[in-house]
Amino acid sequence: MSDPNDQIVLAHGGGGELTQRLIAERFLPRLGNPLLDPLGDSALLELPPGRLAFTTDSHVVQPIEFPGGDIGRLAVCGTVNDLAVMGAVPRALSLAVILEEGLPLSLLDRVIDSIAAAASEAGVNIVTGDTKVVEHQRGDGLIITTAGVGELRGGVRLDLGRVAPGDAVIVTGRIAEHGLAVMCAREGLGLQTQLRSDVAPVNGLIDRLYAAGVDLKFMRDPTRGGLAGVLADLCQATRMTVCVEERAIPMTGIARHTAELLGLDPLLVANEGKVVVVVPPEDADRALAACREHPLGKHAAVVGHVLEAQPPLVELVTRSGGRRLVQRPYGEELPRIC
Amino acid sequence: MIQPTRSPLAERICRLAERVGEARIMEVCGTHTVSLFRSGVKSLMPAGVRLISGPGCPVCVTSQGYIDAACEIAGRPDVTVCTYGDMVRVPGATGSLERRRAEGGRIVVVYSARDAVRHAREHPDRQVVFLAVGFETTAPASAAAVMEAHAQGLDNFTLLMGHKLVMPALNAILSAGDVPLDGFLLPGHVSVVIGMEPYRPIVERFGKPCVVAGFEAEQLLAAIAHLLEQIADGRPRLENAYGVAVRPEGNPAARACIAEVFEPADTVWRAMGTIPVSGLALRPPYRRFDALKRFGLAIGPDYDPPGCKCGEVIQGKAVPTDCGLFASRCTPATPIGPCMVSSEGTCAAWYKYGHTNA
Amino acid sequence: MCLAVPGKIIEVREGDGPVSRVGTVDFQGTRVEVGLSFTPQAGVGDWVLVHAGFALNVLDETEAAETWKYLQEAELVDEIPGELSP
Repeated sequence: MSDPNDQIVLAHGGGGELTQRLIAERFLPRLGNPLLDPLGDSALLELPPGRLAFTTDSHVVQPIEFPGGDIGRLAVCGTVNDLAVMGAVPRALSLAVILEEGLPLSLLDRVIDSIAAAASEAGVNIVTGDTKVVEHQRGDGLIITTAGVGELRGGVRLDLGRVAPGDAVIVTGRIAEHGLAVMCAREGLGLQTQLRSDVAPVNGLIDRLYAAGVDLKFMRDPTRGGLAGVLADLCQATRMTVCVEERAIPMTGIARHTAELLGLDPLLVANEGKVVVVVPPEDADRALAACREHPLGKHAAVVGHVLEAQPPLVELVTRSGGRRLVQRPYGEELPRIC
Repeated sequence: MIQPTRSPLAERICRLAERVGEARIMEVCGTHTVSLFRSGVKSLMPAGVRLISGPGCPVCVTSQGYIDAACEIAGRPDVTVCTYGDMVRVPGATGSLERRRAEGGRIVVVYSARDAVRHAREHPDRQVVFLAVGFETTAPASAAAVMEAHAQGLDNFTLLMGHKLVMPALNAILSAGDVPLDGFLLPGHVSVVIGMEPYRPIVERFGKPCVVAGFEAEQLLAAIAHLLEQIADGRPRLENAYGVAVRPEGNPAARACIAEVFEPADTVWRAMGTIPVSGLALRPPYRRFDALKRFGLAIGPDYDPPGCKCGEVIQGKAVPTDCGLFASRCTPATPIGPCMVSSEGTCAAWYKYGHTNA
Repeated sequence: MCLAVPGKIIEVREGDGPVSRVGTVDFQGTRVEVGLSFTPQAGVGDWVLVHAGFALNVLDETEAAETWKYLQEAELVDEIPGELSP
């Protein structure tokens, strides 16, 4: 029968001895900090006056661990990045975990370690949390919900209304790695890859951009929906054309080749450690230099520009010098043979 | 503004187009359709050169009856359906495989027929049905999967046969003669298997220029230039512009594997009806791998979703914008016909990569 | 109709069945087990064109690199991002 010493059992969620031990022996030693340690019903935060950014995300991913990351790293980075692209400095995160009966505790330990490492990289603490247990086959193994608050920095002028013709569109690094790495790791496809998910907290990179005094008009992280999704959003919201050059889009040969193998368009594939940034043309070089100072921004590039052309479209100039439109993806991208 | 450099091949195509005036070229293969859009080659075509999509998207030519049978099988509690990702969202009479999955059906997306055999071996308590669709490129993989399952004595693995052959469909289109065509861009990867000879009748009997093409932008441009040269000279030939991959004799080992497991059979194509010996059926020693037989099913009649012009689109008789449903009620998010579902369907390609450049 | 992608064979395993010849094919860092029964002549180091998990023919390496330009964009493994991952 189930051994509570090596896997999650329903009693871990019962609120009794096992629940307490789960938290005291597994979560607190890895995530502990003065705000979390009292285990109060709420964390009490001291924040300076001003505007706060507040966001939440739920995370499910199969497999739970994939090349370059796992669901824990994904959860922390997802929330940190959602705060950071709004110009906020992440200050505190919450962590709610739904555990499925039978989940190996060794796997849970690795995920919590990974949460701790990602939070430390991002310079933010987990200040409150919750755990629940669901019956076998009712919980996808492990589901994580994170929420985060961040302090909006002074002088943030992110405003789609300020985007103007001539503005440069920058991508802070090589695209498509997260989605491809996860897909390769999925059961049934029989692929092994050296590609690794790019999942990472981008707040440090964005700090560099602000520190360099770059006039940031728009930022978004191209997660689900990929680069195409963000460009489509930008075009739709500004009613201006976005013209990007295929050749300029940073991508490794391995990502491009793997996308070909699976029949996927890399522009539609998810990223978890990249930002799409729009800046005035005169700030483009400074923005690139600022990005390249940071390990996550070494391959940053101007991929295109905002144009006045009507009707508003996302247009891609291809390697062969042709043109095509880029559309928002419409759902789950599946590997295909034709 | 980014000023692209126009390739010399594109310039050559423009000069040839001035000589020929109007040229209607059918790209038979759906992967060509997607590549032409994705690479921007379509946007480089001068006004007179029209590229018309042909019956080469396996999902699009699959009859509704087949989709319905697949969905029916997927609804059974002891069955796992293994499929290429292409088939998952095609709507049948009572919803797609995606819908069956939402209702608790077990649908596994595989990269290869080999993965389906492995799945059957690892799950002896389940009946594993592989959706065997695709043309001559894909059929060898299905045949090898059957041979592997046979050698391993698997009794929980079957195929739902939906394979199609290219030449019978092209013959049907040419014989009907109701689509004016000046030349054919022939499928590169089908030709890797079947070689060059099967296309000979298109040149000799129907007098149409033929060029086998690869899939990269430069290869497509080169093949189109060859076709226009043939059209301009008025001397139809069978040319291979994909010599890096296609040998004249094709791949005899792959064809032998097909011949060992399958035999030619009449099959139903969407909207084109039954075309004689245009598909594949399991040969008698392998019939126990037939899913229809295993589950006592038959493929029902073909029908078009109301108002849908996919049937005409796959025969080159209509373009997506001729259809009243295109981009209004029928979009990739709410597809009505298969040409909008399949990533290489003509309607999906027009929608996704912008029909404004078509 | 049919996507097919070039890759390099890095391992071959002969079996005793009619279709049991398989190998590992490397696509610049993503590896797939591929059926080699249709390319009985292909060996380690050969480039093959792969469709749906089966090699369909053997390619000339130089021609392959010229045809599929992205093959020339290969990075060394240690350049592949992920250095920040735990």
